Amino acid sequence: MIEAQHLTKTFKDKKRGVISAVNDVSFTCAPGRIYGLLGANGAGKTTTLRLLATLLKPTSGTATLAGYDVINDPQQVRANVGFLAASTALYGRLSAREMIRYFGELNGLTVADIRTRTKQLADQLDMHEFLDRRCDKFSTGMKQKTSIARTLIHDPAVMIFDEPTLGLDVMAARAIVRFVRECRDRGKTVIYSTHVMSEVEKLCDQIGVIHDGRLLAEGTLEEFRTRYSERDMEEIFVKIVGGETTR
Amino acid sequence: MNWRNIATVYLKELKDSLRDRRTILSIVIIPTLVMPALIFGVGKIAAGIFSKARQEIPAVMIIGGDDSPGIVVQLKQSEKMRIVESAADWKQRISDKKIRAAVQIPPGFETKLKAGDAEPIVIFNYGGELKSGFAVDVLDRFFRDLRERTVADRLAARSLPPTLITPFEVKRENVAPPEKIGGNLLGGIVPYIIILLCFTGAMYPAMDLTAGEKERGTMETLLCSPVPRINLVLGKFLVVLTGSLSAMVLSLASMGISAAAAGFIFLNGHGGAGKLAAAAAQAKAVTVPTIDPLGLFGVIAMVFPVAVLFSALLFTISLFAKSYKEAQSYTAPMIIFVIMPAVVGMLPGIELNARLALVPILNLSLVCKEMLSGVWHWNYIGLIFGSSCFYSAIALAFAVKMFNREDVIFRS
Repeated sequence: MIEAQHLTKTFKDKKRGVISAVNDVSFTCAPGRIYGLLGANGAGKTTTLRLLATLLKPTSGTATLAGYDVINDPQQVRANVGFLAASTALYGRLSAREMIRYFGELNGLTVADIRTRTKQLADQLDMHEFLDRRCDKFSTGMKQKTSIARTLIHDPAVMIFDEPTLGLDVMAARAIVRFVRECRDRGKTVIYSTHVMSEVEKLCDQIGVIHDGRLLAEGTLEEFRTRYSERDMEEIFVKIVGGETTR
Repeated sequence: MNWRNIATVYLKELKDSLRDRRTILSIVIIPTLVMPALIFGVGKIAAGIFSKARQEIPAVMIIGGDDSPGIVVQLKQSEKMRIVESAADWKQRISDKKIRAAVQIPPGFETKLKAGDAEPIVIFNYGGELKSGFAVDVLDRFFRDLRERTVADRLAARSLPPTLITPFEVKRENVAPPEKIGGNLLGGIVPYIIILLCFTGAMYPAMDLTAGEKERGTMETLLCSPVPRINLVLGKFLVVLTGSLSAMVLSLASMGISAAAAGFIFLNGHGGAGKLAAAAAQAKAVTVPTIDPLGLFGVIAMVFPVAVLFSALLFTISLFAKSYKEAQSYTAPMIIFVIMPAVVGMLPGIELNARLALVPILNLSLVCKEMLSGVWHWNYIGLIFGSSCFYSAIALAFAVKMFNREDVIFRS
């Protein structure tokens, strides 16, 4: 379960003064559901997800993930969260197995648990062929699988995806989308940020449109279509953020 | 603070660093090679240059002396110099290093010498130039011999004993043990090299584990783990410190082995060093400079808090950078601030006092110099160790604070 309550984050900038990156954002996502955070570049998606993953501290407001508060129990939050982003890279000088083991150890798993989980994940993701090779020699697909395994080693209840398909080719992006669905099917609470409308249409049970740090609209895809009398998600998005539509 | 987590981070970062060629170069290869290179390489080259310069028979020009043929003939007969044809541009020739020196014999020198009214002989040379200096030595010795012979002749003519002008001889004898000589000879340069290697040993791991991680995108991955940040900082910091200490220990070990090997070569008379040893034996003063082993352990103990200081400072500064390149541009100029006090510590005449004992790096340079020559001022040693620990604790606390700052970790 994710419950964000009035999350706000401001940054101080020497030239621009105080910048409000996330402004009073509240939403809820239940287990077995995918919440899509849709917004343009710089809308506040990454900051919101970093607040949820406790990489940043909120200026005001709070959130609970898997029952733990991001301000009072940040370690417990991280222990129950799997965070996968385009910006979360692999250690190039470690092998995939070493990478997975390291994050298993950081998550407090025993050696036996790590071994068992690594085998399970390698089976599921078909990683055996490259498990003992160094990550800096990997193809994009291999890197992606290793990142997924790293994220899942501690079997978290909540999964946070921050534009995970950014820069990936169609096949790699499809693999990610399939993996996100599997997470939902296994009962995990999933939050997925993107600016790709088609991914939102395909994946998300609930959508939140974020713009200039504010959550402007929330609902299911069907609710949006009815509310804005549009079929196309891109047109709906433009209507919500107040831009110029193509019609 | 959880030591299991710290150990996990430390072991992973150490493994990662040891797979990085730049780090291996800075913490293993350079510290191991620099001392033998210095002792044998530079030493051999310097000895070679010196020996070659010594072997050269210097070209010397005589200015004047037409009315002192006896002196001119003696100069020309000397096998230790080669007299060249006189020319008006002798100054230019000395500058152009075509001749090494010129000697001016004043008019009527021989006649005036007999009358006991000789004017001074002037030797012209190229100041600071090694071969010109040797030529001056040869000329100086020639005229000193001439002067002594003249004095001896005059005393004999008056039936006076030579002891009239030399009532007693002055002899020098060394009583310092070899390690003190070694300490004094190497005491200046060794702390300087150790301080520098300690710094460069920490530099590359510090940049790699902070700015390098940010640049590669693995910092965010790591921060997603449930490990508290203080454990991450300490695990990483200890790897940086390991780099610094490895550089120090390897350089000291390599220095000890090189010094022992050099001593062996000196004592057993191998190669060029054997000639030096033979010369020293002739002078009945065989003293092979060695270093007090206790002094080396003292140096390790004193360098430890400074290594912590370097590691914490480099870690913090590199953490602020967004990329490896940016970190390099911040840390490279810091070498000047490390070298300057270390160089000041090498200067002759600078001695430890309570005020200098509080100046970081300079205090280490001075105390190491003393310890390597077997001098142990325990009050200063305590003061320096204490102040270094204090500075390093502040630097480490600052590093932890910086790692917890979002604007530093996620600086864009």
